[in-house]
Amino acid sequence: MAPSSVKLQELIRVIRTAKTQAEERGMIQKECADIRSAFRDEDPAFRCRNVAKLLYMHMLGYPAHFGQMECLKLIASPRFTDKRVGYLGAMLLLDERHDASLLITNSIKNDLNHSSQYIQGLALCTLGCMGSPEMCRDLATEVERLLKASNSYIKKKAALAAVHIVRKVPELIELFIPATKRLLGEKNHGVLHGTVILITEMCERSPDTLRKYRKVVPELVQIMKGLIMSGYSPEHNVAGISDPFLQVRILCLLRILGHHDGDASEAMNDILAQVATNTDTSKNAGNAILYETVLTIMDIRSESGLRVLAVNILGRFLLNNDKNIRYIAMMSLLKMVQTDHNAVQRHRGTIVDCLKDTDASVKRKALDLSLALVNAHNVRSMMKELLPFLDNCPPELRSDCASGVFLAAEKFAPSKRWHIDTILRVLTTAGSFVRDETVPNLIVLITNASELYCYTVHKLYRAVLNDISQQPLVQVASWCIGEYGDLLLTGVCEDVEPMQVTEDEVLDVLETLLQSHMSSPATRAYALTALMKLSTRIRDNVDRIRKVVSIYGSCIDVELQQRAVEYNALFKKYDHMRSAVLERMPLMEKGSPNHNDQSALISNGEREGGGETQGGVKLQPPVASQTMDLLDLIGVPDASLPEALPQPLSQPLTGQTGIESSVGGELLDLLGGIDFGGIPSITAYNKNGLSLEFSFQREQGSLLTITLQARNSTASDMTEFIFQAAVPKTVQLQLQAPSGDVVPAMNRGSVSQSILINNPNRVALKMRLRLSYSVQGSSVQDVAEVSNFPAQAWQ
Amino acid sequence: MLSDSQRHHVPIIRFILIQNRAGKTRLAKWYMQFDDDEKQKLIEEVHAVVTVRDAKHTNFVEFRNFKIIYRRYAGLYFCICVDVTDNNLAYLEAIHNFVEVLNEYFHNVCELDLVFNFYKVYTVVDEMFLAGEIRETSQTKVLKQLLMLQSLE
Repeated sequence: MAPSSVKLQELIRVIRTAKTQAEERGMIQKECADIRSAFRDEDPAFRCRNVAKLLYMHMLGYPAHFGQMECLKLIASPRFTDKRVGYLGAMLLLDERHDASLLITNSIKNDLNHSSQYIQGLALCTLGCMGSPEMCRDLATEVERLLKASNSYIKKKAALAAVHIVRKVPELIELFIPATKRLLGEKNHGVLHGTVILITEMCERSPDTLRKYRKVVPELVQIMKGLIMSGYSPEHNVAGISDPFLQVRILCLLRILGHHDGDASEAMNDILAQVATNTDTSKNAGNAILYETVLTIMDIRSESGLRVLAVNILGRFLLNNDKNIRYIAMMSLLKMVQTDHNAVQRHRGTIVDCLKDTDASVKRKALDLSLALVNAHNVRSMMKELLPFLDNCPPELRSDCASGVFLAAEKFAPSKRWHIDTILRVLTTAGSFVRDETVPNLIVLITNASELYCYTVHKLYRAVLNDISQQPLVQVASWCIGEYGDLLLTGVCEDVEPMQVTEDEVLDVLETLLQSHMSSPATRAYALTALMKLSTRIRDNVDRIRKVVSIYGSCIDVELQQRAVEYNALFKKYDHMRSAVLERMPLMEKGSPNHNDQSALISNGEREGGGETQGGVKLQPPVASQTMDLLDLIGVPDASLPEALPQPLSQPLTGQTGIESSVGGELLDLLGGIDFGGIPSITAYNKNGLSLEFSFQREQGSLLTITLQARNSTASDMTEFIFQAAVPKTVQLQLQAPSGDVVPAMNRGSVSQSILINNPNRVALKMRLRLSYSVQGSSVQDVAEVSNFPAQAWQ
Repeated sequence: MLSDSQRHHVPIIRFILIQNRAGKTRLAKWYMQFDDDEKQKLIEEVHAVVTVRDAKHTNFVEFRNFKIIYRRYAGLYFCICVDVTDNNLAYLEAIHNFVEVLNEYFHNVCELDLVFNFYKVYTVVDEMFLAGEIRETSQTKVLKQLLMLQSLE
């Protein structure tokens, strides 16, 4: 005989008495074992109760899949309680991916035709919850038939089951269209509600259906009117508003129908205005309707009066006490700020106040909105609000706020000094949260504000004396001190109270930065370079700098070591060049937008050798000697070159950087784009079997690309092939990376390399080549001059 | 078929949860496909997100790429998970509607009522929500139907 089964309520009570997780697990396992044996015995008497118990345990989080087949049996049983638990089990334990779900299709089909509406309801509910596409296809016609039933209870459920079917199998949309049109005429709110949802879903999935349903806009407008005008309807009343849920859904459907369609939008203008003005705003339900109305107005082709109405509603929401409402108002305003900028501007004050709200999500929305509202007129007052906000805001918002402030400052700064002040303020308060590209951007900004060098360097020096932990600030400061340290030392400044600093103090600061464990490697690199620059700007302590530089020549950090070694070389071998190399940086343009690499900035002009190869020229070490050789190369025809060299030199040696392309870009703007026809190619060099052919292509303006092909007609390969070139003084040259360094024998292949030439003064193009390669074990070097460039190449 | 970028996002409920403060689930109704372990994970995450909020916070939380609209009644959190574009206030009303029906049906409902009669709670949910949508909003109608169903047992 089967053991008497525990009642559901009893089981629940017992499980709740368990004091520990382990005890509970024990009870449940015991009960599951009992249930399993009861299932095995196929005893129908307590099946329902057992499955119910199983479902409870499932809800607590324990596995219950062995009950799935039992659910099927329950569904097939004629008793209502059995069916009810069975369907519940099906919804909880099965989902459409299980094969077992197919097995209930037949049961559902039968139950959809049952005489009892409640059983039909159960079946519809289950189908609507977990019906797989196959099940939906099988049962769609049944559901459609039920949509036409006389019973509104069934119609409601059928409508929503149809929604689920349409979601799973969009091809069946056509099937439901005729029924829905009739259902819109129903009085019963529940049916209407379901129908509106069904129509919404169908229009979403199929543009054709959408077009068909535009015709029902007048009908929907009528229904809305009825809802608003009708008096107190006790059944669907929520806080004095008749059926807000239905109103909201109708508004949503109107939005979809009116989107991008002028006629439909016009038909709904009046009703939208009516809803917007007449709805009671004291309760949440009313606000829900108003919110949906605003969304709809914004999305259709509404007339401007209506849009203003919508923005005003949102403005009123912003002043509401309920923070929920403030939050959604800001969400919508954010969406609208691009299209209706002026209207949103009117509420700027309230939005800025919301920055002080206690809820983090409200703060975030307020921040986004405030940043979107900054323009040239209000930038000063907005910053006065945003900067204190930055001081106090939660950490996750800091980074966004900082970059937002930078962007706004860049676009709308009323003066350079204000701009620099703002950035300094941000760096001091939120320095560790700013993005990497801020540092080079700030440096570019500072160099471009030449009248403010003194002011800037004083402020930065003071900031660094206070605090050396914020890396971006420290990096910018050390760069400035390096560049403009002489201004700091003169003790004279117009805009800010000057400090009396001695050279030793400045050097102390920089050395502290260099040695501090808070400094990142990049910061230390900045500091070292700054020290180096100061060696030409100060008089007395050059030896001290020399000592520091030589100490770092054996630093463990490879980057620092390399710099130190090169700077050492600058002190020893090339001392005569030192002042020229380290002189003031020229005015820079803002780099290209993707220029994120701050080390590129450092390398461009601060380092005399291209130890870093950034896709530009590949040079062999030692770099310093390379410089020397090129100097020799060009120094021969024109002896006055060395001074002017560092700038054009630095460009070809360090390869491509954003700064460079924009320097060329500057010139480009002056000259505009002139298009020439094709330029004939020339053989630039032909000796000992090695031939170099130059082919030309004009880029914009004065830019010329020369592609050289090196071919080898001898019997053995030429390896370690290196090509170098120099051009007259006013011409700029940039060598790209070669395709390889082996020129195969017998013309079997070639090495190609691109040379970019910028010849703004259109001087006659001449080039001096220097080639080196190895063939048959011996190395060959040669120098040659190319003067047979076609006239079109430079005119 | 409208492309995703064109879609207006029809409002849809993804799941409804009733949890107590300790994280025990009193009701979990899923309108979208999730694996069992995903479900468990979601339940835990929702619990973590919702219980740290107090009266100072709004009733809406952004959660993964959805939104949770929740309200706390005594020791129970009623959470509805919807799309980010849905009307928050309307669903807040829906939650309140649902709780009022439960209150009527169980005569001043408390958590224990929901525990011992969990299958009846599912019935209430199914009367008011279906296929991820609000189905019946009239409290009187729902109560009438529930009483009828009860008489069938």
